[in-house]
Parts: sequence; C-alpha cells; structure tokens
Amino acid sequence: MELSGAEIVIQCLKDEGVEYIFGYPGGAVLHIYDALFRQEDVKHILVRHEQGATHAADGYARSTGKPGVVLVTSGPGATNAVTGIATAYMDSIPMVVLSGQVPLPVIGSDAFQECDTVGITRPCVKHNFLVKDVHKIAETIKKAFYIATTGRPGPVVVDIPKDITDPRVKIPYEYPRSVSLRSYHPSTKGHRWQIKKAVELLLSAKRPMVYSGGGVVLGNAADELTRLVDLLGFPITNTLMGLGAYPATAQHFVGMLGMHGTYEANMAMHDCDVLLAVGARFDDRVTGKIAEFCPYAKIVHIDVDPASISKTVRVDVPIVGEVASVLTDLCDMIQAGERRPDREALAAWWDRISHWQKVDCLRFDRSGTVIKPQYVVEQLYEATHGEAFVTSDVGQHQMWAAQFYKFDKPRRWINSGGLGTMGFGLPAAIGVKLAHPDSEVCCITGEASIQMCIQELATALQYRTPIKIVNLNNGYMGMVRQWQEFSYESRYSHSYLETIPDFVKLAEAYGHVGMRIEKAADVRPALEEALRLKDRTVFMDFLTDPTENVYPMIEAGKAHNDMRLSPGMIDARELA
Amino acid sequence: MRHIISILIENEAGALSRVSGLFSARGYNIESLTVAPTQDPSLSRMTLVTSGSDEIIEQITKQLNKLIDVVKLIDLSESSHIERELMMVKVRAVNGAREEIKRLADIFRGKIIDVTPGTFVIEITGEKSKVDAFLSALAEDSIIEVVRTGASGISRGDRGLTL
Repeated sequence: MELSGAEIVIQCLKDEGVEYIFGYPGGAVLHIYDALFRQEDVKHILVRHEQGATHAADGYARSTGKPGVVLVTSGPGATNAVTGIATAYMDSIPMVVLSGQVPLPVIGSDAFQECDTVGITRPCVKHNFLVKDVHKIAETIKKAFYIATTGRPGPVVVDIPKDITDPRVKIPYEYPRSVSLRSYHPSTKGHRWQIKKAVELLLSAKRPMVYSGGGVVLGNAADELTRLVDLLGFPITNTLMGLGAYPATAQHFVGMLGMHGTYEANMAMHDCDVLLAVGARFDDRVTGKIAEFCPYAKIVHIDVDPASISKTVRVDVPIVGEVASVLTDLCDMIQAGERRPDREALAAWWDRISHWQKVDCLRFDRSGTVIKPQYVVEQLYEATHGEAFVTSDVGQHQMWAAQFYKFDKPRRWINSGGLGTMGFGLPAAIGVKLAHPDSEVCCITGEASIQMCIQELATALQYRTPIKIVNLNNGYMGMVRQWQEFSYESRYSHSYLETIPDFVKLAEAYGHVGMRIEKAADVRPALEEALRLKDRTVFMDFLTDPTENVYPMIEAGKAHNDMRLSPGMIDARELA
Repeated sequence: MRHIISILIENEAGALSRVSGLFSARGYNIESLTVAPTQDPSLSRMTLVTSGSDEIIEQITKQLNKLIDVVKLIDLSESSHIERELMMVKVRAVNGAREEIKRLADIFRGKIIDVTPGTFVIEITGEKSKVDAFLSALAEDSIIEVVRTGASGISRGDRGLTL
C-alpha cells in the first residue's frame, strides 16, 4: 500500500482501532484533515477550542481505559492544548496528541503559527516526538500509543511538520506489529519476596487500613482490590482519584480521605498500625502534614511507577508492579497460607471506627427552603440510581460530588484531581457520552468553572451528546471564597462573580434546554424532568446557598486528626 | 552529599533538555554535566554531578530512569570509581613568572599547550580537587581565562555501564 504522510497518520489511527479523534483544523494539519475527510472509520469530533479537545479525549480515556486521541494544528492549536495535556499528565491518563508543525525547512525561523511544541510540552508529557521523516511516521505513532498506554499511562505528543504529510509524496506503508524500546521496560509482576513481606505485615496488623488511589482505576484492578479487602475485612478509604475502585456502598468503605475526606477515614489513617497503599501517590491533599502522616503505621506501597515510591513518605515494603497482578498475588498467597487476620483486634478497630462514624461528618442542614449544594448531589445520586457517569470541574462542587455521589464502579467518576483544571467537566462529559451513548452522563459544575469551556455546548449539540449539566451556582468561586473566609478574615478578594450570564438563555442559545431551580423543594422534580429528556442536553442552574462550605476540612499543613468540622458538630473525642 | 551519576541516553535531539529540564522542574541542582556520543553513535554517555540527601538522590535516579530516552544509569559514587576533569587555563606569563608557572604546571602534571610572549595555556587533568588545587596555586591576578569540562567518570574493575 502506497500512502502519503497524511494518509499514513490516519491509517495508523485505524490500525490502532481509534474510534474518535477530537480536534480542530488549521494550516499545518490541512493535509491530515484532507485525509480524514476521505474515510469514515475514524470519527472526528470538532470542538470549539483545543483545550476542549484534550479534555473530551481525556473523558473518553478515563471512562473506557482506551487512549484518547487529539489532533490540533501548530502554534496556538498546540498551546491551547497544553492545559489539557498537563491535566492528563497529572492524573496519568493515556492520551496521544498529534500536533501539526510548520514545514521542516522553516522550523526555527519564527514562521507563522510556529511554536516549539516539543519544548513547551516536554514537562507535561510522558514522552514526545518531533517526526522529521515521512518514513518514520508509522513507527513513531506506534511508539506513542505503546508508551501512552503501558506502565504508568500518560499523554504523548507527536509533532508532525506539514511538509512530511505532503499528499504528493507516497511511500509504502506498513503498520509495525510490535514495538520494543531498549530504554523502556515497564514493570509488570511484583517481586515475590516483597509480596511475602507485605502479607506478613498485613496479617500481623491490629489496626489496618487500606488506602487506594487512581492507580487501581487505571490498572483495571477494582475487582482484585475488592477481593483483597473482603478477604481481609480491613477498612478501606479511597482518594479523590480512586473513588469507585471499591464500592462506596460496601461495608468496608469508610469514605474518601484527605483534605475533604470523612472524619472516620482521616482518623483511621492517623491511628492505623499497618497501611496498605495501592496505586496512590501520597499527594499533599491526601497526606496533610507529612511529619504527622500515619505516625504509628508500617506502610506497604504497591505502584507501577518506582518513582512514586518513597517520594514524599518513606515506605517500609515497596512493591513495584501492575496493581492487578500484585493484588492477585497477595490474595493468592494469603489464601494459600494458614494465617488469618487477627479477628479480635479487627473487631476492636472497627468499634473505634464506628465511634468516629457516629460524628456523621457529612451531615448538612436540610431545614430551609434555600438549596443546599450537598442536597442536589444527593438527589442526583438517587435519581440516577448511582449509575451515572459523573464528570466535574474544580472547586466546592467537585468535593461535594465526591462526598455525596456514592460510586460503586470504577471509571464512573471523571475529574481533574491532580492539576485541578477548571473547565474540564463539560468537554470531558462529551467524551464520556460518545463512549457510552446509552448511559446517563452528568456534569456537576459551578458557575465559575463552567464558563471556562462553555463554548463546548456547541460541540454537544453538533454531535448530539445529551448531557445533564448540574450547575451549583452560588455566585462565588466557592472554594476560593471558603479559603478566604477561613484564612483571610473573610476578605473576599475577587472571588465574587458580579456578572453571571443567564444560563437558561445561554443554554437555549446553544440549542439546549435550560432550567433555573431556586427552591429546595424543586430540586428533585427538576432532576427527574431533565433525566426524562433523554435526547437533550439540559443545563440545570441551581441557585444554591452562597455561604455553604465544604466540611470536614483539614486545612493545608495540618494533620489527619486535626480536622475542622461543620459548625456545631461535635468531635468524636468529646462524645461520650 | 556529592554524587556522580553516569547515564546512557539515546543520542537524539532534545535528549539533553529532557535531563536538564527534569532537574530544573523538580528543583534538583546540577553541579556539572558532560555529554558526548559513545562508540555506538546511537547512544550518548552523560556524567552528571549533583548533590542532595539520600532521599533526593534516590528520587533523582528514579526520575531519570523514568525518562523514556534514558537507557541505563548508575550512581558511580556508590562504588569505587575514577573521576576526571579537564581544565584549560590561560595565564599571564612574563619575565620570571614564566619559569615559576612552568614549574607549578609540572608539579600538577599539567601541560603547556599554547605559548605566546606574554601568556601560557595550561592543560590540567584530574579529579575536581586536584583541578581546584591547581587553580588556587596560581596567583589570582595571573589568570586570564578558565575553562573546565566538568567531571567524567567510570567505575573501577570489571563492571561497566553498557547495554
């Protein structure tokens, strides 16, 4: 088969089994767009801004486990994509970004729409390439998919100068069947001796705790994790990125941990004597004050990335390997042995945890007519029977979504945890809906975040991706306002949005359905009505209590047992 | 503590900036960095001198290993090794000072590799401490120009950093 460089790019995507490519055309990628036009296997989703393309591809990837694919032009096309690439990088999301570049002979001459894409993206990609020869396109794209999807996944950028996609230059094409890189060998199996040490430690625990993160979701290890936790009977907490990896409604789950985690999860972390960390990276929002992190615990850490181990917290038993494989080995070894967990100690430990649970730390005021944001998420959970895919933006609404939507399955909770990218939710929801057309997809957002990628409402109409947008509108950048209340004596410096568009009219202008909900009693009926509109995107603008804060909270730099509870709530240590 | 890390890296455009970018992005310091192709032109050998606590050095080696272009690396400081640096120094050498500088260069087994009526260029090879010592032995106002390569290193014995 003889193909031009542009045709090779598209043929490679077909050979990779790519369903959707999210992109925006421009000068440097016109040859590639022309090749795209002359085929139907790879479906192109035209976004309205390149940031939207990366987030949509990201949502597609998070909800399916398959790599998200993006096509942007040189210069501003590439720089607009950077936020989305960095978002994927921080959360280890497999993504391949193809960017156009000015022709090879003019690289470095400050040509029109030229930027050093490889240089600009270098710190926020797993790897990147500048292809300088049409003969290298297929091999490079193969490598890009391989690197993006193996080991600890991540985004890979392939920068393609326009001249090597010239339709007049045809060369023989063959897609490489396999790829091997002498410098890249991701670990798979955990070391048996380390696993044995972990088993001994786990079975000797009196106050054990399992802390699992996004790595379990990315590594498709939810079943293995559930098997282990149920086998041992240990309490488990999930990070923000790990929600759904262990069912939130299952008996051993004690809620999310960290800055806005539950009281019981954080107290149990602080007091545990053996901690099993699985696919989690001891992020500062999780650990709080490092010096007082799990002060009594011996720590076992399973991670596919050796660099994650002992990065911020020294661990006692590191196990490098794919989490699914290591968890299976752990379970098998426990089941093959005689020894079982210390039932008596475990019962006493669960007693203490249930004492902490009595604080009921997520309780909120249900008495008034004003809409409490927590109530909206709780009602959405019930109305969707906990089955929806939920994307979010960043801020208070994100934390309430994480606290009140109980995810029982992995890949249902789609949010920018690492980079904290406002504007992520709407385009991500489009990507999720394309991948799961028969599932309910909701975007929980706020009036500030949603405006950062609001233009993607047009994309949602063009591709008929009916999404339910739940806008928790309190007039403020809520999380900024909350920190200003707590730490800056309520000096609300530039966190109030004086002019907010009429979201109902805005949704209608984009061809969607808009609803404004102002009273608590109207929340559930509005959600039910929106969910009945199966084939429409519905923008629900909930006017919520502007003074509501996210509780509990570990303020930055404080320890797990130093939580700020909702006003009026009594610390368990003071309960009888 | 000072560490010397030897790295085999793909000899590709941008590989060096991946390493230097990693150090600046993560706030590690680089004392010196040398790089040149090996006998296999597809590979470059890099010697990087850095310092930090054991935890930081562990992270540095892990993060370097994570770079896709890095094929292999070792921390030379963990075992017996040889370290060399080359320095060329241009000094003012007039009248009686010429003899004195020549003697000094001989003591350090330096070579005079360029001579003019008023100057010498002296080449010195050795460990950092020796090169430092030669510099401080020279009269400060006689030094016109100093150029140092930074350290290169290799392990002693049978073991080698090869594919």
